[in-house]
Amino acid sequence: MSLEYQTLVWWVLFLPLFAAVAITLFTLRFRAVSALLSIGAIVTGFVFTVMFIHANGFHVNVDTSKAWLAIGNLQIDFGLKIDALSLMMLLIVTGVGGAIHIYSVGYMHEDEGFSRFFACLSLFTFSMLGIVLANNFIEMFIFWELVGVSSYLLIGFWFEKPSAGDAAKKAFIVNRLGDFGFLLGILMVWGILGTLNFTVLHDKFGTAAALGTSATIAGLLVFCGAVGKSAQFPLHVWLPDAMEGPTPVSALIHAATMVAAGVYMLCRIFFLLNPDALSVIAYIGGFTALLAALIAVQQDDIKRIIAYSTLSQLGYMVMAVGLGGPTAAMFHLTTHAFFKALLFLSAGSVIIALHHEQDIWKMGNLRQKMPVTFYAFLIGTLALSGLWPLSGFYSKDSILAQALGQHDLEGYILFTVGVFVAGLTTFYIFRLFFVVFLGKEKSKTASHAHESPAVMTLPLVVLAILSVLGGLIGIAGIYHTMFNGETEASAGFANTLFEPFIHSPVAASLGLLAFAIGISAAYVLYAKAEKDPLPEKLGGLAVAMKNKFYFDELYEATFVRAHDFIAAVMDWIDRWLLEGFCIGLIRGGTDLTGRMLRLVQTGNLQTYAFVFVFGVALVLWFVLK
Amino acid sequence: MHVGLEHYLTVSFLLFALGMLGVIMRRNLLVIYMSLELMLNAANLALVAFSRFNNKLDGQVLVFFIITVAAAEVSVGLALIVALYRRRQSAHVEDLTGMKL
Repeated sequence: MSLEYQTLVWWVLFLPLFAAVAITLFTLRFRAVSALLSIGAIVTGFVFTVMFIHANGFHVNVDTSKAWLAIGNLQIDFGLKIDALSLMMLLIVTGVGGAIHIYSVGYMHEDEGFSRFFACLSLFTFSMLGIVLANNFIEMFIFWELVGVSSYLLIGFWFEKPSAGDAAKKAFIVNRLGDFGFLLGILMVWGILGTLNFTVLHDKFGTAAALGTSATIAGLLVFCGAVGKSAQFPLHVWLPDAMEGPTPVSALIHAATMVAAGVYMLCRIFFLLNPDALSVIAYIGGFTALLAALIAVQQDDIKRIIAYSTLSQLGYMVMAVGLGGPTAAMFHLTTHAFFKALLFLSAGSVIIALHHEQDIWKMGNLRQKMPVTFYAFLIGTLALSGLWPLSGFYSKDSILAQALGQHDLEGYILFTVGVFVAGLTTFYIFRLFFVVFLGKEKSKTASHAHESPAVMTLPLVVLAILSVLGGLIGIAGIYHTMFNGETEASAGFANTLFEPFIHSPVAASLGLLAFAIGISAAYVLYAKAEKDPLPEKLGGLAVAMKNKFYFDELYEATFVRAHDFIAAVMDWIDRWLLEGFCIGLIRGGTDLTGRMLRLVQTGNLQTYAFVFVFGVALVLWFVLK
Repeated sequence: MHVGLEHYLTVSFLLFALGMLGVIMRRNLLVIYMSLELMLNAANLALVAFSRFNNKLDGQVLVFFIITVAAAEVSVGLALIVALYRRRQSAHVEDLTGMKL
């Protein structure tokens, strides 16, 4: 079956790759052309996606593939899986990504590596689209790794700064740890079921029961991939460090797309996860949400606060998957992509206005000087903290309702965690908001700030509109139909507006209560604060939060040390046993024999003649004997 | 006294042994060269003797070949020795140790 405009989807996937190649090979010197190619590729992708959806609607199910390679009875295809899930992700990646591409023109304006930046962005977009459209595990894994590589390039974009290089390496290596488990999980699925194609897996097996007794292990191994990419505990340490990259990168990779890949993958293979695996996933997600929100409360770097917020929100999504609600997870992923990209880009606008100052205690009173950024950030803040009727409220509420709807201990525990984290979220993001935009200027640079150019503020406006309306335009309905099979009756605008209060009044009202408590606490503490009052009140806990609960130090003391020790042992073995003993013996033996044999070569002609005659005589004697 | 094959072969052997001793013992290249010729002619003598006593001409044919080749070889060899002498001002084997490490 072939649908109208189906080839367009191939173009959506490959245009960014063409752009990346063209920029790298030909237009590195021509900044404007590079930007135009990169933006053109992603915007065209967005337009093509919209055309496809316009012609066919969301609810298609196409699996088109071309045989790529066959090893034994492992047949690997390169194909596209087009359904509501991947189409929505296409819209997010090309739409939000496109806004960020345009914003980058302003943000990277003065950078020497302008063209290189856009080449990397396009390569990243290509990899991300590949994950979204992959129709089998192997293809997804390849693009999964490509995303890792391109994020490495982007995080380490300012590679002359040692901290950026370290952060890039950290992100790549930590991701590889998770990918190792992911690959094992893929192999396990292939070993048991004999196919890796998502459609075949879904139609033929449908449930985790097909995996038999190994279902839990296989599910958790696959989940390892999501732990790495979506930065869940215990592999969450790379994401905050990844803020070393330029701010558009943070917005693109660490808010809207790359970290979403893990959640997307879990939703894609949701039917393969059994209750035990889901339970672990839910608790890890809930724990990550809580941990990251606590850390975010005591950070002082504007980007790091938002980064920890991303971690926390990803925890929500993973928790939603674990609670059996891929609809809620994908819904939150979508709205989060809107408002988190908005927050990052507004933060970037602030950072540029203050000449790369990122400490929030050196900002303040930016409200008058940067009105567009101020309102954009305010909307992002409100959406993130979940104020009705902004998008964040609906998606967060659907997760809380999912937890509450379970009616068991796990559901109640995670619901409590969810509400508590919602309060914390409001608290830390308004702490940031009050300190940065209200109060007095806390440094000279802050008093000389001015608004960013239109190329930067325009994407902010678009994202702000999406952040406001994201909950009301039927996104949840599309996911619902995708995962549950039935079409939800079209509810009408007013019904959608108040739906959470009817569907699960407890979750909705408690969510709003958490918002109210969070914002009042933040107002009391931070509205006029010159410096952070919390450390005095909380003492040791605040220090621990500020130091991210010492996870980096813990990993340094255990894993890094252990790794260094093994490396030192291996180095010794290589240097002394292999090179010294084995290789040295052979080399030395050959050398010694050679030196001895050399003595035979006297250089005297007559000695040779004598030996020759002696040899002939010997042969004659043997022959004639 | 009847002269048989063994007499010829004895003389041939003596000549060959003398030539070989010359090659091994003498120091002067020119003399070594003459000794080599002596060895060749010892072989010629043996071949002629075999030819005579077997009533076949194969050996004699071979001798002609050897004489021809030896003549060519002498011209080349002597030229080499002369060239060597001009360069080194010596024709003694002890001085020719260029191949030694």
